[in-house]
Amino acid sequence: MYSWNFSPVLDNIGMLLAGLGNTLTLTAAALACGLPVGLALAAARLTGRAVLSVPAGIIIEVFRTTPPLVQLFWFYFGLPIILNVEMTPFLAALLTFCIQSGAFFAEIFRAGIVSIEQGQREAGRAIGMTSTQCFWRIILPQAVKRMFPALMERSIELMKTTTLVATISYADLLYQANELAQKTFRPLEVLTAAALMYFAVISLLSLMASRLERRFALSGDMAVRS
Amino acid sequence: MSVPVLALESLGKRFGQTEVFSGVDLQVARGDRIAILGASGSGKSTLLRCINFLERPDAGRVVFDGKAVGGTSAGGMVYRDSELNRLRQRVGMVFQQFNLFPHMTVIGNVMEGLLTVKRLAAREALQRAMIELARVGLSDKANAYPARLSGGQKQRVAIARALAMDPDILLFDEPTSALDPALVGEVLAVIKALAEEGRTMLIVTHEIGFAYHTASRVLFLAEGGIYEQGSPDAVLKAPQKPLTQAFLARHHEFAF
Amino acid sequence: MTGYRWDFTSVFDNWQALANGFLATVQLFAVCAVLGLGAGLVVALLRRSRNAGVRWIAVGFIEFFRNTPVLVQILWFYFALPILLPVSISPFSAAVLGISLNSAAYSAEIYRAGIQSIEPAQWEAARALGMSLAQGLRRIILPQAFRRILPALTNRGIEIFKMTTLASVVAYAEMIHQGKLIASLNFNPLETYLVIAVIFFAFLYPLVLGTYALERRLARSDMP
Repeated sequence: MYSWNFSPVLDNIGMLLAGLGNTLTLTAAALACGLPVGLALAAARLTGRAVLSVPAGIIIEVFRTTPPLVQLFWFYFGLPIILNVEMTPFLAALLTFCIQSGAFFAEIFRAGIVSIEQGQREAGRAIGMTSTQCFWRIILPQAVKRMFPALMERSIELMKTTTLVATISYADLLYQANELAQKTFRPLEVLTAAALMYFAVISLLSLMASRLERRFALSGDMAVRS
Repeated sequence: MSVPVLALESLGKRFGQTEVFSGVDLQVARGDRIAILGASGSGKSTLLRCINFLERPDAGRVVFDGKAVGGTSAGGMVYRDSELNRLRQRVGMVFQQFNLFPHMTVIGNVMEGLLTVKRLAAREALQRAMIELARVGLSDKANAYPARLSGGQKQRVAIARALAMDPDILLFDEPTSALDPALVGEVLAVIKALAEEGRTMLIVTHEIGFAYHTASRVLFLAEGGIYEQGSPDAVLKAPQKPLTQAFLARHHEFAF
Repeated sequence: MTGYRWDFTSVFDNWQALANGFLATVQLFAVCAVLGLGAGLVVALLRRSRNAGVRWIAVGFIEFFRNTPVLVQILWFYFALPILLPVSISPFSAAVLGISLNSAAYSAEIYRAGIQSIEPAQWEAARALGMSLAQGLRRIILPQAFRRILPALTNRGIEIFKMTTLASVVAYAEMIHQGKLIASLNFNPLETYLVIAVIFFAFLYPLVLGTYALERRLARSDMP
């Protein structure tokens, strides 16, 4: 029977917590960029003008269909060569996840906006609002309530996807766990601890998300699937 | 004196704190056609559904062919799934909303019980099913899907599906309430034919004229139980008690 | 972009390595998809068990494997499991374990939603014929549920295909792993990863379009 020994983990808990901090930072930063990017892409898709909607569509489909790890490697190893810039792991990760999450958010936004019936638009126009006013005052607020569950779900997915950055040596929780495992020769305890930490944080966030969803839910309204 | 095919003894049903009915006693002989009437909320459907245990009674017992269904225990009656499943092979039910299986053809629907529950061979099941489908006049729709049928046709398929199991008792839960008035007749005609064959049936209905012409006995449910019962002439033409009279007075437009 | 000379020939010279990688990707995908989507149904049914203990285990499984990242799971199976049990875990096995269990948890929720979406009246009709719970599920409920959840399941399949790239982290020779080799030998990560991205896109996008078409067809002909 294997004798578990978590003391090396507990002794170095600071290392793991630092990693967790970096995970959260990266996730938050990616969200902060990804949401506006998603909104912009969705808006571009929704305009009738091909010069905007076609490139947006391509970006959305490409970044939703290709694996995030390929995207990450291309941004980290490939992009610096064209642009001739120094690429830090954080920057590459941020770029990747901004666009990748933006692509997914764009689809959620688009579906949400489209799901608001024509009648709402017409009601707005009928009292003399412009298209833009209709969008910001009538359509978007209602759409946001519908999209909220899918947006929260995608954000939590994003946090799970950020573990990929360990492969390019960004010091997130997984990277730290790996380092610690090699240092202490106790991969079982370290990785188990890391898994439990992820589980705790993500479960907590999911719980908070459901609470928020319930508070903002429109009764009897269907939420949008991402 | 033959044993009644179905007997309800002091049957009671509650939903939470609300009592739907209690102390219901009923004897059903073979060949009885019993129409159950009542205002909405009087528990007619619930009573019917207790007979095939889609609802579990909270008090009393159901006796089928002289044998009580379920076993007694300290906390009340206990029912085993296997016993209920076997019971339901002998009690057929036709629902208000038809409840056909949308992913199967008409003939598939009618055959399904024979194949899966009675475990007949496919060929035999098909033969029996086609006979029942012919009986309700829909042989030409055998390979159609339910979505393509009218309400009246769907209900007739539902009746064929119940008949295919060769049940001892047929339960009809407001079989025509969900139908367009124009389609009610074709379904009632089928039920009438079954009644004339001497099938034992209990039918919850609002079609008072139909009840008068087809039933051998009429039950009127009110005040949490069987309020008045008797022959169709007695209950429908000369009701004795005030609530029955009031109920029928509201439906006086039905020609007798 | 200016001044850089793109060099795709060095990538295409190594087409065989890429092809092997693609094959390995597909193999991993096939195993994980079958195991993951299959186990998902089992877990979904266990979640409906009348035995509270079984239900709790199923829920615990679903919650744990959905709320931890797949990469952590793969690494755990590769580095941690061999310490706990006297088994040797190959990169392939670790990837299969991680991705399949993760997919089982996700697909269990898909199956659950599908089953719950079938109206209770169908259950009643099945039971009224004398069907047992198992018969009702098998003949009436699951066939209808499956039709409805097919788009979600194919989406999950596409996700599984993308997840195979994570196996590169434990040195399973799928496409990214091969890409790393090619890039490090030829100093052309830009072209290499672009080609790999294109291969993934070319393979998956038709399936994505198929899923959209499936969704549209289901929305139109939703069975009453």
